[in-house]
Amino acid sequence: MAFGPYLLLATLEGLVTAAVLSLMALGLSLVFGVMRVVNVAHGEFYMLGAVLAWWFSTMLGGHPAVGFLLALVLSPLVVAAVAFVAERLVLSRLNYEPEATIVATIGLLYIIQQLALSFYGADARPVEAPFSYRIQLPWFGYSAYKLAVIAASMVMMIGTWLVLTRTKIGLVMRATQYDRETAQAFGIPVGKVYAGVFALGAALAAFAAVLIVPIQQAHYLMGHDPLLLSFIVVIIGGLGSLRGTVVAAILIGLSDGIVSMFFSPTLAKMLATFLVAMVLVFRPQGLFGAAAR
Amino acid sequence: MISLLPRGKTLVLHIGIVLVLLALNFILPEYHRGVFSRVLVLAVFAMGYNIAFGYTGLLSLGHAMFFAAGLYGAGLTIYHLDWGVWPAFATGLAAGLALALLVGALALRTTGVAFMIVTLMFAQVFYLTTLYFTTYTRGEEGLVLRQQARVLAFPGGALDLSDPSTRYLVALTLFTLVLGAVLFLVRAPFGRSLVAIKENEERMRMLGYDVFANKLLSVALSGLVCAASGAAYAVLFGYVGSGFAAIQYSILPLLWVLLGGAATTLGPLIGTLLMFYVIDLASSHTTAHLLVVGLVLIGLILYFPKGIVGTIRERWAPWLP
Repeated sequence: MAFGPYLLLATLEGLVTAAVLSLMALGLSLVFGVMRVVNVAHGEFYMLGAVLAWWFSTMLGGHPAVGFLLALVLSPLVVAAVAFVAERLVLSRLNYEPEATIVATIGLLYIIQQLALSFYGADARPVEAPFSYRIQLPWFGYSAYKLAVIAASMVMMIGTWLVLTRTKIGLVMRATQYDRETAQAFGIPVGKVYAGVFALGAALAAFAAVLIVPIQQAHYLMGHDPLLLSFIVVIIGGLGSLRGTVVAAILIGLSDGIVSMFFSPTLAKMLATFLVAMVLVFRPQGLFGAAAR
Repeated sequence: MISLLPRGKTLVLHIGIVLVLLALNFILPEYHRGVFSRVLVLAVFAMGYNIAFGYTGLLSLGHAMFFAAGLYGAGLTIYHLDWGVWPAFATGLAAGLALALLVGALALRTTGVAFMIVTLMFAQVFYLTTLYFTTYTRGEEGLVLRQQARVLAFPGGALDLSDPSTRYLVALTLFTLVLGAVLFLVRAPFGRSLVAIKENEERMRMLGYDVFANKLLSVALSGLVCAASGAAYAVLFGYVGSGFAAIQYSILPLLWVLLGGAATTLGPLIGTLLMFYVIDLASSHTTAHLLVVGLVLIGLILYFPKGIVGTIRERWAPWLP
């Protein structure tokens, strides 16, 4: 193959990464923006979503699409429930102190990881894609499922954006984000909003994970790398900026896809991490973030 | 006016702890003596972390790179250049200090969560670097230093660092030196200004303090102590691997310090020791030791948010440094 097809393939792969990453980063960004909580366990919610997807999809026989759809609906719900309970039991009692919540979410990370290892095991297991067409491009056939992932992620992002900007729920969330005390004074149940946001963030990670399991298998350690990447995306994009999150995810996903196809993956990761760190050093508020309030 | 040197109860307590640790060398069964040697070296790591995190309020998630700089600085020179323990240890310290100054100068342009992420990313770059140069570092698999290379030469004698008792005593010596230094630091004007920066950075700036320089010095000092711990780990346990540069090793000192009590002199030791034994006990009773660690962490942060020594200081012994 010539250079062009390679570049196209790398771009497509990069876009798939970006699609999943932006969903996950959006969840992290919401929690971070509204609650000021750095959720270190976010990667484990993602992993839990993938593991549950395997579980739900193997429960039913028949066409793979049935199991997949079941997983797509149920596993974000279950993960959201887990996150909701964790928030009520632990985070809310810590009064959302930044350092305390970091430690607590590290604890949560260990607990979820261990439970997955104990009940699911250390194997990586695949989930069958709901359909397996290939779309014939001029140079190679490309999985239609991967394109569907990109589309699904876009739908989900637009949906979240609509909820945030056009509905009462979104308004309440933004009010809590800007001024917790005033929101409370106006009768907004801040505690419930926080729990809801935390659950929503976890559900977005789980949704991203269900989309990815037909491409990558479900494994109990799969949460680490995307966690790091979504931290990077959130910070680069600028806190609380949905547009920034999407742009940063596409930037990181594409550069990851392209650079690791043409250069050594380790070197690529090294350079990318270093460059992103330098961006932050010289522009700490991120690309699209407003200056610190 | 506080004297720079500790007195009274403080002095008795710290000397007492060192003496108890010294006595343990002769009492402890072999296995636990090994655990304690390791804990003493890693407690130095935690004390180094505490300088930046506990006293200065800089939540870094990248201290594994300083530990690993010491580890690799000492380990690689011994392994590839056949250097003696002294120059290798000094190389480890120099590597840690240089890296801390460089990373500090860059990362301190940010604050808060961004600082945490930037340090984490620099540490990740360091970790990937150790993997990239696998020819020299052998990556995750790591290098094992020969026993003959791990001999500390003195004028008029030599210490075999692979001997369990010698290892324990050398680890204790390093621990005592650093403990003494921290005890001095918390009374010195420099240490006081670090705590003041943590409490209220703006006010310190208004009072005419160079906040950036103080923070940089704090990171440098913290990096130096962490590198000392890493270099000591390399020569005492003879193993150098990139696992020590991974994110996990940046999270561990944070947990040890929080568990023991941030901004306390003895907290890092207590935290490291307790965490080691919690994992040890949990993994001998159940295979699910991470679960226990997770529950312990959450329990501690809910009921002892100031850490063990911090809570003791708050409730019963306000004189604890």
